[in-house]
Amino acid sequence: MGLRRAIVLFALMEVTWSLSVTTIGPETVSTDASAHPEPAEENTEQKEAAEEDVMATGELNPNHYPAQRAAKVVQHYLNLRHGSPYKLFGLKEVHSGNAEEVADSGRKYQLEISVHEIISNTKEKCSAEVFFPSGAKQLSPQVQVSSCEEILKLDAKSEEEALYQQYKTNKTVCTEKRLPDSYGHVDPEMTPFWHLSIVASSFIMLKESTENTLYNMAQVANITQLATENDQLKFDCHVLLHDMVSQEIPQWKLLFTWSPAEGVKVLHTEQLPHIHQSEKQAKPN
Amino acid sequence: MMKKLVAFAALLVAVLSKEDFRGHQVFRIVPKDDVQLALVRVMEDILDLELDFWSWVTPVDVRVPSHSLQVVKSYMERHSIKYFTMIKDLQALLDEERRQMKSAAPAGNTDSFDYTNYHTLSQIYSFQDMLVVENPKLVSKTVIGHSVEGRPLNVLKFSTGGSNRPAIWIDTGIHAREWVTQASGIVFAKKILTEYGTDSVLTEILNRMDIFLEMVVNPDGYHFTHTNNRMWRKNRKQNEDSSCVGVDLNRNWNAGFGGRGSSNNPCTETYHGTRAHSEPEVKSIVKFVRSHGNIKAFISIHSYSQMLLYPYGYTRNPAKDQAELDQVAQKAVTALASLYGTNYRYGSIIKTIYQSSGGSIDWTYKKGIKYSYTFELRDTGHFGFILPANQIVPTANETWLALKVIMDHTLKNPY
Repeated sequence: MGLRRAIVLFALMEVTWSLSVTTIGPETVSTDASAHPEPAEENTEQKEAAEEDVMATGELNPNHYPAQRAAKVVQHYLNLRHGSPYKLFGLKEVHSGNAEEVADSGRKYQLEISVHEIISNTKEKCSAEVFFPSGAKQLSPQVQVSSCEEILKLDAKSEEEALYQQYKTNKTVCTEKRLPDSYGHVDPEMTPFWHLSIVASSFIMLKESTENTLYNMAQVANITQLATENDQLKFDCHVLLHDMVSQEIPQWKLLFTWSPAEGVKVLHTEQLPHIHQSEKQAKPN
Repeated sequence: MMKKLVAFAALLVAVLSKEDFRGHQVFRIVPKDDVQLALVRVMEDILDLELDFWSWVTPVDVRVPSHSLQVVKSYMERHSIKYFTMIKDLQALLDEERRQMKSAAPAGNTDSFDYTNYHTLSQIYSFQDMLVVENPKLVSKTVIGHSVEGRPLNVLKFSTGGSNRPAIWIDTGIHAREWVTQASGIVFAKKILTEYGTDSVLTEILNRMDIFLEMVVNPDGYHFTHTNNRMWRKNRKQNEDSSCVGVDLNRNWNAGFGGRGSSNNPCTETYHGTRAHSEPEVKSIVKFVRSHGNIKAFISIHSYSQMLLYPYGYTRNPAKDQAELDQVAQKAVTALASLYGTNYRYGSIIKTIYQSSGGSIDWTYKKGIKYSYTFELRDTGHFGFILPANQIVPTANETWLALKVIMDHTLKNPY
C-alpha cells in the first residue's frame, strides 16, 4: 500500500515537474504591462524560425548574405596568396552566385564577383568557387579563382623591394600603437605593416570561415619585428578580428614572415582568450 | 623623437610664413665616414635644392622639397650614402597634428565645432546644448530617461510648431563602437538647421512634421569605448550571476525577443538581456514612442556594411509593406550613391545581413510605424568600426540624402 502510494506520488511529482519546466520559456514571458496580443503571435513565429536552418541552394541573390559570405572568403584567399604591404584586395561586388550540395561532403558555391585592389584602386571581374566542407571537424574552405589575372599581376615590386631592404638590416618595426588608432589613423610609416597584418590575418580568416561567418580584420593591437631569418622579414603581431555574424571580436597572435619573393608565410597562430571574463568583479553574495 | 622634430617644424612654420610643405620629405642620412659626410655637406651649398638641414650630428636629418627629391636621391645613390625616408609627406603630418590639437580645444559654438573629428560624450552633450541655445525656436532637448550608469538620454526635437505633429525618429549610437554613427548624428542635427529655409525638401518636411534625433542611444557604452575598449558594443549592465557586462541594445526589443539571432549568454556580444525592454536605454525609447503616438518613420543607424535594411530581422515572413519599403529603399540608396558613388545593398534584415531577433525596427514596425529602416554606414570592412575621421562628413552627407528620401516619402504618404 505504502509503496503504491509512493509510486503514485512520485509519478505525480514527475508530471508536475515536467509541466513546470515547459511553461518556462522566453517566448511566454510577458514583458510589458501594456503589451497586448503579441505573445500569442510570437509562438507561431518561433516555429518558423526553426525552418531557417535550411541553406540557400541553387541560384542565389547576389545581394543577400549567402553569396556575400562566400565571396568574402575569396577575398581572404586572394590576400593570403597575393597580398603584400602594397597590394590588398577587397570584395567590390557580387554579380551572381550559385550554391549546391556536394553529396555528404559539403557545399559548393560558384560566384561571379568584382575584386578591387585597394591601393591602386583597380577593379576586375573574377570567377571563383568556394567549397565549405561539412563534418564535425571544422576544416577550412577551399577556394579556386579564375579569370582574375590582371589584378593579381599588378606591380608593386619596387615599393616592396625598398621596404624589404630598409627593414632587412637597418630599421625595425616595433609599436604598441594600435593600427589604426581609435580615430582611424595610421602613421604613413606604419601603413605597410598595417597592410601586412591584414594579409597575415587572412590566413586565419580563411581558415576559420564558414557559411555562418563574415570576417574582417578590425585592428592591429601591436606588431613587432623579430630578427630576419633566411632572408625573410619576421614579425610577431596581435590582431583583433571582427565576425559580422556573431559580432564577436576574436583575438589572435600571429608569427609570420614576409619577403617580396616569398610573400607572407604564417608560422604560428594562437587564439587569445575572450576578454569578457575579466570585465567585472564577481558580485559578493 | 619624431614628435619633437615635427613640433619643431610646426613651430618654425608658425613663426616664419604660411609655407606649404606638400610633397616635402624628410630624409635621415647615415654617412659612414667623414668622406661621406663631406659629400652631404656639398648639397647644402647648392641653393637651388633649397634643402633644410635639421641636424648636423649623425644621423643627418634634412627636409627635401618635392622638386629636389630626385636629384638628392640620385646623388646619394651614386655615392652609396645610406639614407631613409623618415617623413613621406611633411604637410600631411603637420595637418594631422594640427587636427589633433584642434580637436582637443572645445568649440564655442556650433559653427566652430569640428565636424571632421570624433568627439567625447561630454563634447557631444555640449554640442547639443549649444545647438539649442543658438536655435531656441527650432530645437529643444528632452531627457527621455537615464542609462544604466545614470547618464541622461537626450533627444533633440526639431519643430516649427504645431501640436504633436506626425514625426520622424532618427537614432545613432545604439552600438557604442560604431563611432561614425554618433558623429553623423551631429552632422544631421546641424544640417536640419542649416537646410531649413534653404533646402526645399527639408523645409517642406519640417514645416509639417517634427524630427526627433537621439544622437547617443548608448552613452555608457560610448564612454567605455573612449576610456577602455574601442571595440565595446553593448551597454554597461552588470549582469546578475555573471562576470560579463553588457546587453546588446538591439536584441532587447519585444519583437521575436530571445529567438534565434540573439544570445542568452551574457558573455556574448548579442546577449539579449533578461527580458524584452529590460534595459533603460531601450525602455526609454519604447515609452517615448508609445506616449508620442504619432511617429510615422523610425530610422536606426548603425555601422558598418553599407546597407539599407527594412523589417524583419527575426523572421523570414515578409513585412506586409515589403514592396513599398523596398521601392523607397532603392530610391534612397540611389540618392546616397549620387554624391560619391558609395554602393549600398538593400533588403530585409534577415535576408541581407543575418537573422537577428529583438531588434528595434522590427518592434516599431509591428507597432504600426510603417517606415522603419536600419542603416549600416561605411565601410565594408577595410576600416570597419574604426572609420577614419576624414570620412565622417562625406558619410554623413551621403546618408543625409538617403534620409531625406525616406522622410520625404513619409511626408507625402500619410497613413
